[in-house]
Amino acid sequence: MMSYVFRRLLYALPLLLGINVLTFLLFFIVNTPDDMARMHLGQKHQTQEAISKWKNERGYAQPLFWNENAEGVGHLKNTIFYQKSLGLFVFQFGRSDDGRDIGSDISQRMWPSLAIALPSLIVGLSLDITLAMIIVFFRSSYLEVSGVAVAVALMSISTLFYIIGGQFVIGKLLQLAPISGYDSGVNSIRFLIMPIVIGSIAGVGSGIRWYRTLLLEEIERDYVRTARAKGISELHVLVTHVLKNAMIPILTGVVVLLPLLFTGSLITESFFAIPGLGSYTIDAINQQDFAIVRSMVFLGSMLYMLGLLMTDLSYLLVDPRVKLGSR
Amino acid sequence: MKLTFFHTDGLYLAVLAVSFVFVFVMFRQESLRRPLNKILSNTSAMVSLLVLLAFLMMSVLDSVRFYPSLSPSQQVETNYAGEPITILDFLLSGIKTRTEKTYSAPLTSFSYSREMIRFPDGQERWDYPRLKFGGANLSDPNNDRPQDIAKRIIKGIGIGFFVWIGLLVICFQVKKCITKRKRYVNGFCGGLDASRIPWRAMSYTLLVMTLILSVVSQLASEYHVLGTDKVGEDVLYQSLKSVRTGMVIGTLTTVATLPIAVALGIFSGYFRGWVDDLIQYAYTTLNSIPGVLLIAASMLVMQSYMSVHEQQFSSLSMRADFRLMALCLILGLTSWTGLCRLIRAETLKLRELEYVDAAKVLGTSPFMILLKHIVPNLFHIILISVALDFSSLVLAEAVLSYISIGVDPTTESWGNMINGARLELAREPVVWWSLLSAFLFMFVLVLSANLFSDALRDAFDPRKEG
Repeated sequence: MMSYVFRRLLYALPLLLGINVLTFLLFFIVNTPDDMARMHLGQKHQTQEAISKWKNERGYAQPLFWNENAEGVGHLKNTIFYQKSLGLFVFQFGRSDDGRDIGSDISQRMWPSLAIALPSLIVGLSLDITLAMIIVFFRSSYLEVSGVAVAVALMSISTLFYIIGGQFVIGKLLQLAPISGYDSGVNSIRFLIMPIVIGSIAGVGSGIRWYRTLLLEEIERDYVRTARAKGISELHVLVTHVLKNAMIPILTGVVVLLPLLFTGSLITESFFAIPGLGSYTIDAINQQDFAIVRSMVFLGSMLYMLGLLMTDLSYLLVDPRVKLGSR
Repeated sequence: MKLTFFHTDGLYLAVLAVSFVFVFVMFRQESLRRPLNKILSNTSAMVSLLVLLAFLMMSVLDSVRFYPSLSPSQQVETNYAGEPITILDFLLSGIKTRTEKTYSAPLTSFSYSREMIRFPDGQERWDYPRLKFGGANLSDPNNDRPQDIAKRIIKGIGIGFFVWIGLLVICFQVKKCITKRKRYVNGFCGGLDASRIPWRAMSYTLLVMTLILSVVSQLASEYHVLGTDKVGEDVLYQSLKSVRTGMVIGTLTTVATLPIAVALGIFSGYFRGWVDDLIQYAYTTLNSIPGVLLIAASMLVMQSYMSVHEQQFSSLSMRADFRLMALCLILGLTSWTGLCRLIRAETLKLRELEYVDAAKVLGTSPFMILLKHIVPNLFHIILISVALDFSSLVLAEAVLSYISIGVDPTTESWGNMINGARLELAREPVVWWSLLSAFLFMFVLVLSANLFSDALRDAFDPRKEG
């Protein structure tokens, strides 16, 4: 298995390099450091000196790929590509455009992000699957028809409304939890409840539909009929046979959720004023801080690939037939 | 009057024209009879199609732009006013121009906030002032208003009913005309079973739509039906204008997605080898970047391009339009990977089939094989994926506008409406109407798009056959 993991990590390298080059193209070629400087300086003080000063302070004053003026390795080393882009591979994020250390910001802000994303995923997943199982259990009845109709209606509502409505009802009318904010340590639980609850409810519509299809595909199989013929109760069949066999597609579906988790928390975090990576990214977008956005794009892709790998490994846990590494 | 077309107008109308031709061609295809019949007989699909068509009509009216001619007194310098308006603007010019000072609740005649009012007898008092336009016809709004509103609603219902009956009569006549000329009609949609179309449900939907339209138009002539926003603009007007933004994003994005996704997917599946490796590498790379981040990065780059090339945009609305188009392109360029992967997988299957081998043996060029034998068989995948993406794109617009990487702040869109109204929930009394109207419009559009695309998928997905 270790060799499989190692090979997968090796496969990830060219992809990460591709992402690196892509973001580099976006941020430095399509949009030159001069443009960035002009945008940050505003219309008024656009002298050539001001622009080169801005670039010098942030280390954008070097050539892109090849430095003519340097010697030896310096040809490659004293360039924007080497210093700003390749450093991301070893988590050298550098400094943001207003001088803060991005690396330390990220390591500080990842914990609140994780504290929201992980429980949201687990609670949401169990809620979705439970409801889908109930609907499948009562299939071809009015309960199924109305359940599916409600699911379609729920998924037609924008996430923004779930958050705004939830804040209004839970936070303002019922005053069950604080509307927004964050605290350190155990106190943070108070602030985490609402984002997690709302996050789970917001995903319920599409979740139910997705898991229902997965479960319905399994329920037509022969082994289910055999189990029923043996006289096992329908509930038992559903939980121990169908759900167990649907685990592989369910886990594959979670991969689809993983990148969404990151993007979903983008909005959730800024609405609930949680100092995580999502709100960090939004602030950077609003302040047009290219350095932070670049780092976050790279970090996000890295996390995504890690998620893919973890999903493959999780197949081992749920399905003894899966053998990794043998092609 | 002088017509003008912005980038998105031209593209949007062109896309609609092409898709109508496409639907027309679809109706003539023998092989599509079964799925089309299945959709035609599906009640929820036909009802949502009717709703979608209403939205479509609104957005088309809002995409034909012209410079209004000015009254003679204004015609000193130029013949045309600075900013072009659309047909929808023209139709709604009544509610567009009636702006109040600030917030006002739906159907009230008093302002939301108090101010110092000077009464005719010289007294000054801190009170809610009358609105300039909302309920301006009433002399004593506190007593007359409910009556006036009730009267208008009843009148609206009456008119709506008559319009509905009129429409039904027209439909009936058209149907009679068609049945008379059966021979010609059979030419393009012969095998379709008109008797299974849920006429009754559709006519009720039509009734609901005409009733809403006529009641709202009766009320809108004197009131702000959905209230006014912070700067006193009518919320109903904003919501109606936002329809176009949502529809444009939902449709134009596919213009950017389809060519890339289809071309790359087919090449990679058909030619295999290094082409396949390269294209797979490209889409895996793009796919590993979380979508919102990639869109955010591209929008940032685009914004900085726009701020550097400021002089290219002669007016505010052109600038907003450019940004809308850029958003569609960026959304398209970042979201083609899913469809590309589906098409590649299907092409891999199709290229092994006997008829492709036969074509190869007969010496058909690879290009012709792709065009004649592969692409037509990918059609259902493309159709389903486009339909399913539409609603998620409409929803995405709101989220993107919230993170300020969506449409221009001056463009009317549901995202901007939500964004503007979000902070006002903390006020007392609550300003809820902007949110509610954005919610209603989005919900109806997205729900009907979801229902329709579900029916489309059920009908065209070959796995669901039987």
